[in-house]
Amino acid sequence: MFFNEEFETLPRLALEALQLKRLQNVLERVYANVPFYKSSFAKKGVKPSDVKCLDDLQRLPFTTKQDMRDSYPYDLFAAPMEEIVRIHASSGTTGKPTVVGYTHKDISTWTDLMARSFVAAGAHKGDIIHNAYGYGLFTGGLGAHYGAERLGASVIPISGGNTKRQIMIMQDFGSTVLTCTPSYSLFMAEEAKAEGVDFKNLKLRVGIFGAEPWSETMRDEIENKLNLSAIDIYGLSEIMGPGVAIECMEAKKGLHIWEDHFIPEIINPETGERLPEGERGELVITTITKQGIPLIRYRTRDITSLTYEPCICGRTHARIARMSGRSDDMLIIRGVNVFPSQIEAVLVGIEGIEPHYMLIVDRQGTLDTLTVQVEVSEQLFSDEIKVLQALSRRVEKEIKDMLGVTCTAKLVEPKTIQRSEGKAKRVTDNRHL
Amino acid sequence: MKVEQISIFIENKSGRLAEITRVLGEAGINIRTLSLADTSDFGILRLIVDDGVKAKTVLKENGFTVNMTEVVAVEVPDTPGGLSSILQVLDKQQINVEYMYAFVERCAGNAVIIFRFDETDKAISVLKAENFNVLEGERLYGM
Repeated sequence: MFFNEEFETLPRLALEALQLKRLQNVLERVYANVPFYKSSFAKKGVKPSDVKCLDDLQRLPFTTKQDMRDSYPYDLFAAPMEEIVRIHASSGTTGKPTVVGYTHKDISTWTDLMARSFVAAGAHKGDIIHNAYGYGLFTGGLGAHYGAERLGASVIPISGGNTKRQIMIMQDFGSTVLTCTPSYSLFMAEEAKAEGVDFKNLKLRVGIFGAEPWSETMRDEIENKLNLSAIDIYGLSEIMGPGVAIECMEAKKGLHIWEDHFIPEIINPETGERLPEGERGELVITTITKQGIPLIRYRTRDITSLTYEPCICGRTHARIARMSGRSDDMLIIRGVNVFPSQIEAVLVGIEGIEPHYMLIVDRQGTLDTLTVQVEVSEQLFSDEIKVLQALSRRVEKEIKDMLGVTCTAKLVEPKTIQRSEGKAKRVTDNRHL
Repeated sequence: MKVEQISIFIENKSGRLAEITRVLGEAGINIRTLSLADTSDFGILRLIVDDGVKAKTVLKENGFTVNMTEVVAVEVPDTPGGLSSILQVLDKQQINVEYMYAFVERCAGNAVIIFRFDETDKAISVLKAENFNVLEGERLYGM
């Protein structure tokens, strides 16, 4: 099933020709309208007219999150304010948020891409979409909302929070599709269980989860606990919002990135060099149709790989692998690169461990220490000390085996690790580096 | 022949024991005896109470991780060598004691010891064959 079959299945040659045309067009626009690009291109000694083929994209400079902060709030906008019909901002954890503006056409494109994404995930007209992404400056809520309406589904704009009410509404309204963060879906499962609600009796069929990295093992867990097909969606406000890329229900193997609007590249985050197909590195995206705030070679800080292999679903758009973390979430512990999502993958593979955890990084003298707090579930709790100690040692050993980093596992009481109704906080770094 | 014991996971932080005893006290549950095993990170509080099912329910409602285990209460002569006589019997049959602690009250002038064995049923039959008095749970809860 497709939402826009012509563009979703465009042969590669035609797709690349379209990309080049759109790329050249956007370069002219930003060069003429955004002083930042005029000067950053000049520093690299390139002009839009130097880009004659898609490979020439590599000659252009990167745009970073810092560039967006420096341009706060509107300096990167390429369209006049009278044409901006919506403003969103990222959840900046430190300092000022990054601001993005959309023209009428941008909203329309986003809405179409989100509708495409819903169809790829297996949603259709007639579905009741329970949209638990937050509404507001965060792009998740409104992005999914507009796409759901474009699809012709019934959307419940419930937003995040008030979990008991969410569960009641899913039950009573007959929600068939759930959209939220993966960690929130598991929190819902926990709350539902406490309320005596069995997800098997709900009508949910598809869950579309994104806005934070998650693992394949977590997918199994969500699918079992919520009794639905769990689909990974990718997006970021700087590029557009949700719906930049999504898994297809047919393969669930990699997320199709909508290449008629975005050009993806994978680079070595240290050197900035482009990496060959299949290698892991930082995802860089160029938006080629945006008007409000087009971004050229934007460094997403997300770590993934790219494949152009044909997919069984028939879509010709490249696929990015499930995100293994953010380059800025990456912890360096005694010289070992550690992504929280890797630790999560280990934990959910251990029977009886709840998928809620907290990583505490500290420095004793000159040595980094990693403590992994894990909740003791009822099924694994024992009256014997040795059983619990064996469990701690198993967590420590499996993390050491998989990641090569030594840690201390600490068992904590259930429900004491902070639950998030948005993005989960998984790391406390007490080192003052 | 078995006694129900409830075990509670306690994180090593202040106020947890006080919280457990408060919850039990407010529910009108009387603690018959207890033992606390601790490590540097966490502890396990083991309790025998007059109403185990109710204790488990109220503790769970208050967010504690609780499970129930079957232990064995044995009368031990309150004389030198009393405990040793029991342990020797168990050792001969290669039954392991996972842990043990004493009951507060005496029973007919004898001490009462609570045992957690690796093979509970075998332990009971061995002890009875050797004429040790294994106490019924009901008797203990109301003592």
